[in-house]
Amino acid sequence: MSDVLSDRSVPPTASDSLAVLEKQRSTAETFGIPLAVLLEITHRCPLQCPYCSNPVELDRAGRELTTDEWKKVLSELAEIGVLQIHFSGGEPTARKDLVELVKHASDVGLYTNLITSAVLLTRDKLSDLADAGLCHVQISFQGTEDGLADRVAGYKGAHHKKIEVAKWTRELDLPLTVNAVMHRQNLHQLPDIIQMSLDLDADRLEVANVQYYGWALKNRAALMPTVAQLDECTRLVEEARETLKGRLTIDYVVPDYYALRPKKCMGGWGRQFFNISPAGKVLPCHAAESITGLEFESVRSNHSIAWIWQNSEAFNRYRGTGWMKEPCKSCEFREIDFGGCRCQAFALTGDAANTDPACALSPMHETIFKQAEREAEGETNRFLYRNFAGGTLESENGA
Amino acid sequence: MAAPRHISVSEASRPVLPRHAKLKYDETRKVWVILAPERVLAPDEIAVEVLQLCDGARNVGNVADLLAEKYAAPREAILTDVVAMLQDLADKGFLTEAREKTP
Repeated sequence: MSDVLSDRSVPPTASDSLAVLEKQRSTAETFGIPLAVLLEITHRCPLQCPYCSNPVELDRAGRELTTDEWKKVLSELAEIGVLQIHFSGGEPTARKDLVELVKHASDVGLYTNLITSAVLLTRDKLSDLADAGLCHVQISFQGTEDGLADRVAGYKGAHHKKIEVAKWTRELDLPLTVNAVMHRQNLHQLPDIIQMSLDLDADRLEVANVQYYGWALKNRAALMPTVAQLDECTRLVEEARETLKGRLTIDYVVPDYYALRPKKCMGGWGRQFFNISPAGKVLPCHAAESITGLEFESVRSNHSIAWIWQNSEAFNRYRGTGWMKEPCKSCEFREIDFGGCRCQAFALTGDAANTDPACALSPMHETIFKQAEREAEGETNRFLYRNFAGGTLESENGA
Repeated sequence: MAAPRHISVSEASRPVLPRHAKLKYDETRKVWVILAPERVLAPDEIAVEVLQLCDGARNVGNVADLLAEKYAAPREAILTDVVAMLQDLADKGFLTEAREKTP
């Protein structure tokens, strides 16, 4: 799951009686509470996807917030003006109290979305979640056929189960989003993924190219698409958006290594997004803990969530433009993209305040781009699977 | 079974918001919102009033009648606006038709 909260809203037309509510315009001093918050309620997950967006240092079960702590968080979020909650992970259904948490979220007036791998769900459990007030289900897919999809997930039978759960979702009249994480080894299946989304009667399809932090960075050589693959992917998405207008909404995330301008990551650090980790850390993005040297406040501290959002050192460190160095500092795009992604800048240059190397103006851009091209042409297809043990290398013959 | 997605709004339709689109007053920002997957819409006052009247029992014609009376405005003009607004919402996937009652 990458960048789920990027602004994908339909632009309002001149006479629009149903304008899209813009995320709070932030000035240097005040930052409105985000409309939606991502709760990573656990890092436990039966799948082992090599591009997992969780940090390499996973929170173990013993550190997770308790049911009562999460309920308190949900009440507090509703009170300060958050409208939507994304229950994510890890695999959120690995928590036995998920139905209770969804019920509590609904009771305090929050709109709830489940971001799931689906493999642990039964029809009864999904039905209980629907009864508890769940509003939307997003299921991740690793491909369109058992062989490849199960190999990427590192879990036998995963794909078959996902299809089954997607059908139950629609039978229970819940809206469905298909989330397809794309990379060199599955991009050829994109036309089938679009067809599969239609067959499953999904409302939305997210074609999300892997973003290379954490686990994905470790697996970059096995995942990086070629420029030709990516061009074809973009062409297919644009074509499908046109032909499927009104039937299927397609959101599209490109890998920024091949871009000239960096992405406005998270809408800018601390401007319109935060998430809460399994252990209760309030983070400017789900990869933020990869930046060493930043202290993140916890909901277990004696600070309120609103205080942490407004005042904590970690949120203020890269807010606005005051922290920037050249070439960002004097760049005309500095308030357009805010220098790209801080986590990527840290991972690739060792300093989160450097320009994201995805930007063509970064002195490292050329090196990174060439490296990506080289890796994309390479033959290294073995995965390092994500797990609590720091990763397990795929055996020579797969699995 | 899942409700049909794409409806065509007419005077006889009895539209309602589907379960995944929730109309709510946002106390923090002091605006009405429609909460939907990955989106928050900000309906204007008239849209809010129309949606509050769309209870699954009234049809679009009934809603236009009520508004025409309340605002002492020509019914035809109101009907046109109401259908256009509801169709826009339907096209975005955030409106469904109330189930037919068996006579």
